[in-house]
Amino acid sequence: MTVYFMCFFLFLVGLYGIVTRRNLIKIVISFTIMEFSVFLFFALIGYVENGVAPILTKNLPENPVFVDPLPQAMVLTAIVIGLATSAMLLAIAIRIYKKYGTFDIREINNLRG
Amino acid sequence: MEVLLSVILGFMIIGAIYALHANDLLSAVIAQGIVGYGLVICFLHLRAPDLAIVQIVVETITLIIMVAVVLDSSRKELKTPAGWKGTVNIILGLMFIGFMIYFFDMATASLELFGEHSMRMSQTYVEEGAQRTGAANLVTGVLWDFRAYDTLGEATILFTAALGVLTVLRLKGKK
Repeated sequence: MTVYFMCFFLFLVGLYGIVTRRNLIKIVISFTIMEFSVFLFFALIGYVENGVAPILTKNLPENPVFVDPLPQAMVLTAIVIGLATSAMLLAIAIRIYKKYGTFDIREINNLRG
Repeated sequence: MEVLLSVILGFMIIGAIYALHANDLLSAVIAQGIVGYGLVICFLHLRAPDLAIVQIVVETITLIIMVAVVLDSSRKELKTPAGWKGTVNIILGLMFIGFMIYFFDMATASLELFGEHSMRMSQTYVEEGAQRTGAANLVTGVLWDFRAYDTLGEATILFTAALGVLTVLRLKGKK
């Protein structure tokens, strides 16, 4: 249970960063931290004590206990999508920096209109 | 296993907190790398080699993009104080976090203990996956056969995001 809570704490650190930071790059960093904690939570749920990786090889033990392959497949999809979304966020950050010359979201607010 | 994972997670949390409070943006990006590569080690200990491989690649690409963005800018963390709005934000954020902890407590009550997972959903995948898909790696079997539509959707999202990045970076924009 400690592991679940620490994983959730990592999520909360990312959430705190998104709410309180004013720098666009730091917001993107907090976003990726939240993503990572969710991936880790999925992998933690699928873990079975003394399990082996879900790959069929020649020298498996008798009656092998596999860890759950389903959450791993889901996370594999989610990791790649996470890369796509953070690349998109960073591209928008570059555009904003080129237009306003700052990463500060307050400055961008002030220049509106 | 639980102790080892807790130690790695502790390092990841320290890295995450440092990334949020660093003065130089470059060191914030590098500290985010601690979180990503710590995640790789966690995946290896959780018997998920496929995830570890993909995570190494993705983390490296993200770091390269972020360093490229940061080196192009002034790299300084903002010096202007946040003012009363910032204090209100911090208080609101902490209240929100307390709210989330309440729901986390409710949700984990229904979960099984760490390491005692019962495979309700994936029993069929594990037992028949090798015969029905012909893949030695069960994760690949699930990804490319049982849930191939998910993979198709993932490819669509990846393609759309690549198009989006190209469009955003190529636009001239109003001066």
